[in-house]
Amino acid sequence: MAEMMKGNEAIAEAAIRAGVRFYAGYPITPSSEIMEYLSWRLDEVGGSFVQAESELAGINMVIGASACGVRALTASSGPGISLKQEGISTLCDEGLAAVVITQVRYGNGLGTLLSAQCDYNRETRGGGQGDYRCIVLCPSSIQEFVDLMRPAYELAEKYRTVVVMMGEGTLGQMMEPVELPDFVEPERHPWALNGHYTYKKIGIFERDSRKEAVELVEKYNTIKANEQRWFDEGVEDADYVFVAYGVPGRATLGAIRELRAQGEKVGLIRPITVWPFPEKAFAKINPNVKGVITVEENATGQLVDDAALYIKKTHKDRNIPAYALTYVFNTPPIHSIKEDYFKVKNGEIKEVY
Amino acid sequence: MKVETKPARCKECGLCKANCPKGAISFSEHTNAAGYHPAVINDELCIACGICYTVCPDGVFHVLGKEA
Amino acid sequence: MATKERKVPALVDKPMDFCPGCGHGVVSRLIMEALEELDQLDNIIFPIGVGCSSNLGAGLECDRLHCCHGRAGAVATGMKRVNPDVLVVSYQGDGDAYNIGIAETFNAAYRNEDITVIVINNTNFGMTGGQMSLTTMEGQKTSTSVHGRDCSITGYPIRFPEMVAREFPGAAYAARGTVTSPAQINKLKQYIKNALEAQMNHEGYSIVEVLSPCPVNWGMTPIKAMERIEKELIPYYPIGEFKKRGENQK
Repeated sequence: MAEMMKGNEAIAEAAIRAGVRFYAGYPITPSSEIMEYLSWRLDEVGGSFVQAESELAGINMVIGASACGVRALTASSGPGISLKQEGISTLCDEGLAAVVITQVRYGNGLGTLLSAQCDYNRETRGGGQGDYRCIVLCPSSIQEFVDLMRPAYELAEKYRTVVVMMGEGTLGQMMEPVELPDFVEPERHPWALNGHYTYKKIGIFERDSRKEAVELVEKYNTIKANEQRWFDEGVEDADYVFVAYGVPGRATLGAIRELRAQGEKVGLIRPITVWPFPEKAFAKINPNVKGVITVEENATGQLVDDAALYIKKTHKDRNIPAYALTYVFNTPPIHSIKEDYFKVKNGEIKEVY
Repeated sequence: MKVETKPARCKECGLCKANCPKGAISFSEHTNAAGYHPAVINDELCIACGICYTVCPDGVFHVLGKEA
Repeated sequence: MATKERKVPALVDKPMDFCPGCGHGVVSRLIMEALEELDQLDNIIFPIGVGCSSNLGAGLECDRLHCCHGRAGAVATGMKRVNPDVLVVSYQGDGDAYNIGIAETFNAAYRNEDITVIVINNTNFGMTGGQMSLTTMEGQKTSTSVHGRDCSITGYPIRFPEMVAREFPGAAYAARGTVTSPAQINKLKQYIKNALEAQMNHEGYSIVEVLSPCPVNWGMTPIKAMERIEKELIPYYPIGEFKKRGENQK
């Protein structure tokens, strides 16, 4: 039975049920309740919790636990996730599985506490040094967040990579009815360090970086082919297709349903993975579509780059315009999305690409 | 022979020679693959005390040991 | 006359890339000897630092992870928390553990993590060409203190094991040894063994710092480098146990 839960607490409980037995992190609004909850809850299930001295230390503790084959978690936001990038790059380099939750908040530098989608580019391009990508999941409700927690670890372990769960401040702070998933019994992976050297490792100076890079590209191509996730509605006959993820994706769903009721032929692609980007959804779009429109909680328009890339890749015969509706921060109300849609349709808002 | 050596590993740092209580260590006229003159033990002077083993940073020496 | 066999433990019985006369080779052998004597060679994970200590990560045939620069204290924390009965021994240089990693080194000690930290203090950043570190002596010339370290603007050399002993009541063991002579090497091995035994018995955090020569970056022969440690370093960085086992608050 569904019960009302605060997002961050439901997410933390779902992590426990997904088999997480180690958490290390540093407090930051709007993600802190995840660590608050796990600080006592992990103890109850025989796990371990460390309030780290920094986000940097937090992700490195996760590296230690993950290297030992334990489902490990850290969560943060904006500047905290910046500090974790070196560690995320290292996890990818070592082929270690981990999940990182970011409840995105708006702004550069210290930024603000406002719910946003300003870190899209960082998360989807592998935000640290090097030549890697993380799988990025973007739930649009607390229920979806909770339901994705176990698949997040399964993906991370299947591909020996990092899965970033990119939420928004809103998803952490609001309450919704949630049905919690069942418990998974945690198991150590055969490649884990256990003190007995059962899993052989190549010395750092004997590594063949060229060969590893080729293998990594193969892995990423497999992920792109098999792991695209999205929700779509009304794209086959649409004149305009909206592209929006997370909570704005939900608001946009409301907007397209109202617009459809008014006779507007509009559709929605709500990516659930933004890396790999759901290219397959774009292939379904009406060949005569007049444009794609992103709805974004940022100022500069980030999702629109990918939306434009994939509409032009899947619809090569025409140069289909890509528009961005950017609301800076906080979830745009349905009426704003509808008003701005008509501005696009009437030529008052110009295409980005 | 009391102490076996691995001449290929020797970097001619000289710590064994400086610490040998019997002056039993010298350096070969020949060079190893890395270009160093490896340590050579005079078995007649050697008392198998193990000091060369203890101070060597490169694992050149193996004191064989023997029963009384 | 009976003589004892002395053989390099198999784990480190291989050519190492350290410079001639470098102390790393002796210390890594001592750690393995201690583990062998404590029957723990099959129960060990090394989080390894960045710098010359990285060489240990190259060929060591046991569980190990090459950490981000300075973060071994945090990585070791994660490893130990999920493996309470496996020995976790971080192996780091002074630049790694103290300069860039002081937050992680400090906080692991502060939390009294049940780990052992080995810090090779050669008073400079060896791997990158001998730059000044937190342990560089006053007046010491390095590639970033070409006129000699001016402590009035760069701070004074840090003595971390003393700080652990003084400030962290729960810590189990803190010592400093060196490799300048057979007697010092034997003493150092006992310190390392004490630290490992403290961890085996879950007594708390243990650290052993080693004053180690860096002949190439010091511009000295290996023998002169050992003399420098005896004459210049030991008066400032005393050898000994600053916190013995059993002295900690539990």
